Amino acid sequence: MARTRKGEAPAGKADATGVNAFVGKDELLKFYQDMLLIRRFEERAGQLYGMGLIGGFCHLYIGQEAIAVGMQSISQKGDQIITGYRDHGHMLAAGMDPKEVMAELTGRAGGSSKGKGGSMHMFDIATGFYGGHGIVGAQVSLGTGLALANAYKGNGNVSYAYFGDGAANQGQVYESFNMAQLWKLPVVYVIENNQYAMGTSVERSASETAFHKRGVSFRIPGEEVDGMDVIAVREAGARATEHARSGQGPYILEMKTYRYRGHSMSDPAKYRTKDEVDQVKQTRDPIDHLKERLAKAGVTEDDLKTVDAEVKRIVAEAAEFARTSPEPDPSELYTDVYLEAAQ
Amino acid sequence: MTDILMPALSPTMEEGTLAKWLVKEGDTVKAGDVIAEIETDKATMEVEAVDEGVIESILVPAGSENVKVNTLIAKLKGEGEAASPAPAAAPVAEAAPAPVAAAPVAAPISAASTFADPEIPAGTPTKKITVRDALRDAMAEEMRRDDKVFLMGEEVAQYQGAYKVSRDLLQEFGDRRVIDTPITEHGFAGLGVGAAMAGLKPIVEFMTWNFAMQAIDQIINSAAKTLYMSGGQIKSSIVFRGPNGAASRVAAQHSQDYAAWYGNVPGLKVIAPYDAADAKGLLKAAIRDPNPIVFLEHEMMYGHEFDIPDVEDWVVPIGKAKVRREGSDVTLVAYSRMVGFALQAAEELAKEGISAEVVDLRTIRPMDHDTILESVKKTNRLVTVEEGWGPMGVGAEIVARITEHGFDYLDAPPLRVHQEDVPLPYAANLEALSLPSVEKIVKAAKAVSYK
Repeated sequence: MARTRKGEAPAGKADATGVNAFVGKDELLKFYQDMLLIRRFEERAGQLYGMGLIGGFCHLYIGQEAIAVGMQSISQKGDQIITGYRDHGHMLAAGMDPKEVMAELTGRAGGSSKGKGGSMHMFDIATGFYGGHGIVGAQVSLGTGLALANAYKGNGNVSYAYFGDGAANQGQVYESFNMAQLWKLPVVYVIENNQYAMGTSVERSASETAFHKRGVSFRIPGEEVDGMDVIAVREAGARATEHARSGQGPYILEMKTYRYRGHSMSDPAKYRTKDEVDQVKQTRDPIDHLKERLAKAGVTEDDLKTVDAEVKRIVAEAAEFARTSPEPDPSELYTDVYLEAAQ
Repeated sequence: MTDILMPALSPTMEEGTLAKWLVKEGDTVKAGDVIAEIETDKATMEVEAVDEGVIESILVPAGSENVKVNTLIAKLKGEGEAASPAPAAAPVAEAAPAPVAAAPVAAPISAASTFADPEIPAGTPTKKITVRDALRDAMAEEMRRDDKVFLMGEEVAQYQGAYKVSRDLLQEFGDRRVIDTPITEHGFAGLGVGAAMAGLKPIVEFMTWNFAMQAIDQIINSAAKTLYMSGGQIKSSIVFRGPNGAASRVAAQHSQDYAAWYGNVPGLKVIAPYDAADAKGLLKAAIRDPNPIVFLEHEMMYGHEFDIPDVEDWVVPIGKAKVRREGSDVTLVAYSRMVGFALQAAEELAKEGISAEVVDLRTIRPMDHDTILESVKKTNRLVTVEEGWGPMGVGAEIVARITEHGFDYLDAPPLRVHQEDVPLPYAANLEALSLPSVEKIVKAAKAVSYK
C-alpha cells in the first residue's frame, strides 16, 4: 500500500492554505491499520507489564494515536522525529519493527537498544527516530539541534519535536523556541496536550492554557488542532511542515488529545473521573472517528476485519518475540559506553 | 598632584601595551575623559581620567609594551597646584585607587620543564605560543579539516570570544560555522547535542564552566548516556569547552573546578591540559573523538606562552598522563594550572634535597592510573593537587586507586592538596588561604616524606 507523501500527493482538493493534504481510501485504511497497531500494541504492553515481563516505567499512548500517525503521513525520508518518554506510538508510526520495540520493553537482547534503554529510550536512525528521552523537555532542545543540523547541511529535512503539556512549562523549551526562530530552523513543535502532566491538569499548571500561543513572543506561528482526528492532524501537519521546510522557521501545533490510561502503569489516575474518561472514549475516540470516515469512503466491515486480523498477528508475533528473546549477554554491560576513536 | 597608574582592565590582567595617548602634556582633562588606550591580550580598552586637572607629565610613551599594572604612567596636576619639583615627590597615597591586578596566589609559571619529552622527537623545531592561541589554532585546523566541525557559544563570533580564544574564526569560517548564541546555556547545549546526534561535530563554548551548570542535564543525560541507552546507535561527537576553576577575585559562583563532577560520569571523556602543546594537541584529539568531551581550560593560563612543536598536525592522545619532571622521592599528581604549581613546588623541594616527580594527568577521564602507579612504585610517596574541593574529588579517586593497586608500595599515607572546603571567598587574603599554593604542596610533600 503506497503511502502518500507530501510532494508526491495525487491531485486532489487543497485546503484553505493551498497545501495539498488529499487522502485517498487506501491511505485512510493505512491510517486505520497504523493507529490500530499502536492501540493493540499498547494494550499488549500493558498486559505484559501486569505479568511482570516489563519493568520500570511504561507510558502508554492509547488515545493519542491519531497524532503520531497523522504527522508521520506528511513527513519525508530524512526527516527526524524526537519525543519524550511516551514514545511507543511514535516508534511504530515511524516504521520501527514492533518486535524490536516490544523486546526492548521486556529488556531483551533483541530490543532496539539491546535491552539497555527500555521503554523511554529507544532510537532508530534508519526511520529517523531520535528517541525516546526520559528528561521532560530535553527532546525539545535536542530536536531543535536536529533542525540546526538540517539547516547546516542544507538537506531540506524537517525535525518534528514532540512534547506534552507538562514539558511545555520547561525553560529550555523557550530557549529553543528563541533560537529556532532567530535562525529560522526547520522544526515543527508538536505539543501533545493530553490535559494532564502526570496528575496535574493544565488548569493547575499553566497560566496560559492555550499552548499554541506559547510561541507568540518569539513570533512563531501556532495553531490548535483536534488531535483526535487524524485528517485534521495531517492537514495541520502539512501546513506546519510546508512552513518549516520552505525556510520560514519553526511552527507550533497544539494537538488537543487525551490519554486513556494513567500517566504510567503505576498511576491509578485518581485526579480525573471515570465519567470524564468514558466521555472521551465514547465521543472522541480517534479510531472510531476514522471508522466513520472509512465507511463513508466505501470501506467495508470485511476490509476492516482483514486489517484487524493483520494487526492482531503482528502484535502477537511481537509479544512472542519479546518473551522469547534472551536477556542481553553479561558482556554487554560494558559495551556502548564509548566509541573507539579512529586512528 | 595625582598619579595615573597603569590600570588592570580584567580580573587576570598583569600587564599590557600602552597603545596610544589621547592627551599630551599641558592638556586639561575632566574626570571621565578618555586619555589613553591600552591593549591587553584580550582587547583594546580606554583609560579615563579619574580627576580633573592638567596633564603634567607623560612618563610611559605610546607604544610601550609589557607595562606592568600599577606602573606610574602619567601625572595629573590639580587646579591651582604648582608644578611638582621632582617626580619622586609625588604622594602615592593620593593616587586613584588602582585595582589589584594579579591574583595574590598567582605563582609565576615556571619555565617549561627541562625534562626531555618522550612524545617529541629530539630536534623537532618549536615555536612560542600562548595557550589561548594554541586552542584557537586547534579549532581552526580541525574546522579546515572537517566541514562538520563548527563552533557555537556566547560571544564566540563577532566579539571574537569573551577571552579571545576564537579570535579570527568568524572571519575565516563565516557565520554558518561560528555561531553567536543568545545567553541560553541549557538551550544551546541541547541544540549542540541534537546536532551531534544528527552527525555534526559541534564545539560548544561555555563562557565559563560555571555557567554550564545550567546545561549539565544535556551534557550528562543526553550527551553522555545516549550511546549506551541506544545500544550503540546514537553517537554524540561533541566538545564542550571553556575556562574552568578559579580565575582571580571573581568569587564563589565563577570559580569552581568541575573536573571531579564530570569525571564521575561514564560516557564522558574529561580533559584538563596545562600547557600550550597539550591544549592544542588534546583539543584536536577531542574534536576528532567520536565521544562527548568535557574540555576544561583555565583562564589564568590563556595568556601564558609555551614552546610547542612546530609540526604539521600536532595531536596528543587522550587518556595519557605525562611525567613533567622526573624525581625519586615523592610523586606530585596535578592537572591544569596546578601542574605549574607542582613544578614550582618541585623546584623548592629540590633545594631541600627532596626529589619530586611531577605527573600531569592531562586527561581526568579515562584516568591514566598506570603512569601514576609506576611513579609511586618508584617514589613510594604520593601527593595529589587539585584546584577543586577535596571531598569526593580527583585526588580522592587517585588515592583510592593507588591504595587498591599500590598499597604495598606506599611508605606513607598519601595527602591531598585542594581548595579549602568552603565556597571560594572574594577577599584577597581569604581567597589565597582557600586555594592550593606552592607552599601547601611543599608542605604536603615534606609531610609524606616525614621531613
